[in-house]
Amino acid sequence: MKVLYPLLMVVILALIGLLGVWVVPGSTVVFAVVLPYAAIAILIVGFIYRVVNWAKSPVPFRITTTCGQQKSLPWIKSNPIESPHNNLGVIGRMALEVLFFRSLFRNTSTELKGGRLIFAEEKFLWLAGLAFHWSLLAIFVRHYRLFTEPVPSFVTLLQAIDGFLQIGIPVLYMSSAIVVVAGLYLLYRRIAFAKIAYISLPSDYFALFLILGIATTGILMRHFYRVDVVGVKELAMGLVSFNPVIPQGIGPLFFCHLFLVTSLLAYFPFSKLMHLGGIFLSPTRNLANNNRMRRHVNPWNYPVNVHTYQEWEEEFKDKLLAAGYTLDEDTPERKDVLVRG
Amino acid sequence: MSDKLPKPAELLKIDYKPPAKSWEDPTIDFEKKKGTYCYSAAPKNLKYLGLPNPREWQPYEKDWKLPPNWKEIILEGMKDRLSKFRSFKLFMDICVRCGACADKCHFFAGSGDPKNMPVLRAELLRSVYRRYFTTSGKLLGRLAGARDLTEDVLKEWFYYFYQCTECRRCSIYCPYGIDTAEITMMARELMTLVGVNINWVLEPVANCHRTGNHLGIQPHAFRDNVEFAAGDLADITGITVETPINKKGAEVLFIVPSADYFGSPHYYGFLGYLALLHEVGLDYTFSAYASEGGNFGIFTSHEMMKRLNAKIYAEAKRLKVKWILGGECGHMWRVIHQYMDTMNGPADFLEEPVSPITGTKFENAKSTKMVHISEFTADLIKNGKLKLDPSRNDHWKITYHDSCNIARGLGLFEEPRYIIKNVANYFYEMPENTIRERTFCCGSGSGLGTDENMEMRLRGGFPRANAVKHVHERYGVNFLACMCAIDKATLTPLMEYWVPEVQVGAVHELVGNALVMKGESERKTDLRGQPLIKREKEAEASV
Repeated sequence: MKVLYPLLMVVILALIGLLGVWVVPGSTVVFAVVLPYAAIAILIVGFIYRVVNWAKSPVPFRITTTCGQQKSLPWIKSNPIESPHNNLGVIGRMALEVLFFRSLFRNTSTELKGGRLIFAEEKFLWLAGLAFHWSLLAIFVRHYRLFTEPVPSFVTLLQAIDGFLQIGIPVLYMSSAIVVVAGLYLLYRRIAFAKIAYISLPSDYFALFLILGIATTGILMRHFYRVDVVGVKELAMGLVSFNPVIPQGIGPLFFCHLFLVTSLLAYFPFSKLMHLGGIFLSPTRNLANNNRMRRHVNPWNYPVNVHTYQEWEEEFKDKLLAAGYTLDEDTPERKDVLVRG
Repeated sequence: MSDKLPKPAELLKIDYKPPAKSWEDPTIDFEKKKGTYCYSAAPKNLKYLGLPNPREWQPYEKDWKLPPNWKEIILEGMKDRLSKFRSFKLFMDICVRCGACADKCHFFAGSGDPKNMPVLRAELLRSVYRRYFTTSGKLLGRLAGARDLTEDVLKEWFYYFYQCTECRRCSIYCPYGIDTAEITMMARELMTLVGVNINWVLEPVANCHRTGNHLGIQPHAFRDNVEFAAGDLADITGITVETPINKKGAEVLFIVPSADYFGSPHYYGFLGYLALLHEVGLDYTFSAYASEGGNFGIFTSHEMMKRLNAKIYAEAKRLKVKWILGGECGHMWRVIHQYMDTMNGPADFLEEPVSPITGTKFENAKSTKMVHISEFTADLIKNGKLKLDPSRNDHWKITYHDSCNIARGLGLFEEPRYIIKNVANYFYEMPENTIRERTFCCGSGSGLGTDENMEMRLRGGFPRANAVKHVHERYGVNFLACMCAIDKATLTPLMEYWVPEVQVGAVHELVGNALVMKGESERKTDLRGQPLIKREKEAEASV
């Protein structure tokens, strides 16, 4: 059920895209213009709303997770990335995390064999995750060629690199192949690995099916059921210049692809895909381990009830005196200090 | 209890395969699961601390006597915390369930219970969050991974959030840094709102609030204990050390976890402190009011943590010391390093810590003004201020256990290793996947170290014990050094169960053994009263 429902959902979405324009006469404008605009609006507003909403909650404590030696005595070598003590280190740590999935790279598998726990390197999740995300980025950037005229040089350069294997006509982009292979692996482990299957939610499958659907329709369009690229570019240019033209005769597969992309964009801000924005805000990773060097301020710090020295001395007075303690002569205004917010 | 405990081989029959049934239906049979959870907090402790819903109840009873509006209280509490803690809100939202954390938890490794996979532990709370705080959860329910908050769900929270030691091991593997400790802390705060607590946490908290330490030791007994230790040290070394308490105008206030002067094997480390601080002539004082470094408040709520922690700065101010030195403890140091200054600072009445013996400025503690004893001692050794005879530890083949909070909360890895290598000749690391930032918890941290929870503790401690066993078999390791009071208390029974040949002890016990004190009489034994190897050899030679 957890797998079938989301699959069914994506199939339905694909069918709507594939047949919508054809079944409902005159709906081309809806699928080609209205819905894409709406989805992008939802994405932008939703994304900003989510990030602002997170940011509205303060970070009361500096709860860095340290994965390396702290900066302490000058002759002890500290680890400026895994236990950063300043912002530069934090930027380094975050860059490694965002660009290369540092923490995931640490992954091991744990197995119990003959009464022993065996730890083994387990890099496939890291590899598949990294390949998947970098490919998505490459594909995203490649699509700029449809939205720009002249096409910027970095896009053509990327295309050249991405297609350097020169397989097929038109050339097969590596990123297209990788995104499908990596995506299928991620799907495979969600279905075949008992533990991962157990923790997976329908939404986890939905996101994967949706992205795989987009990738598949994209590849089909490019290599098997060619669509009118000139018409696609006209539409894309029209959309970005806010002067949309309704294209004619592009082919139903394109609308299927477009509708799945539209769905993804609109779904994005409501989903776990928001980890794209969230990763930058994670307080265990984006704060320096300099707690004892620099005071961190909690904006909602409030006074609390403390058992003061005076109360304690009063309660144990007889025992204190019998045990030879001297009572405190001067009584500074303790309460002030203790309840300071 | 002990006669009901399964044998190690039985305990290791662990099935890691998740059940066919979905995790979303909660059912905990507390009667059947005795040995794997802690008992409820006594009402007197809740009353003393002013916490809600004090009453007699036990987890294995059907009726938990919750307040009639418990659900509203919890949901209101969640709402409040979501607006106060970005960590909480973010960690509820961004998990992608990649599963990297799944097999990283010591409780999962030792029990195979799928809800001990950190991701599922968090989902127990997340599912409720989705149901009441997200649109998709409200509309789609289970399809969106949302669950109603029911009494069964609350009981499941109790079981699993008091089956997490807040060790943060899983969080270092998480691509988003999602910290299960943070989630568990929130869940425990929420449960505290409706009076669902455990006694092993709240009794120490109530004691500490009243007497100044977890064990409830009153000031006269505190003095007795400290002086008794000085007497023991004199018997071993021939040197009588001073043990100043509540001394105004001392340069340094020395705060240690109360187990150091009350528990074994902590006590031998305490003897080590006394010897060391005497030898270097540090002008310091203990406090009978702030006689606890540990802080079980952190296992209850942020507010409780602050209430207990406030005593340290208050006492430093009253005693007019320049800075504070802290003993060997784990969660105590997480509180001091990551919370104290923020909660109860700024400590502008103290001075930036400088070692009066070496002149070293502890730049890393210049705001909080509290120095870890291992930083202090490592600096002494580096500057050649200590005369050490490592051969006095030759009867120990040592390995070092990084305590969770010290490792993943401070990043304090090298100081203790540097000390051990200077005070002992035989030191062996455990496998790299089980030390430093990857270290395994003792299985009893965060207030779970109680006897009724013994089976779960032995399961949770299994990965740590297994690594110790490895170095024991390979190198003959017989001493597990650590810098955490809970470790010392709970690794001891853990070793007895899994690797009985290995003793547990403090880093400063080893320091005290090796430290050659001016004018000391010849050492015949170590701080435990065990004969020294060198002495034995010499005795053999002379025969």
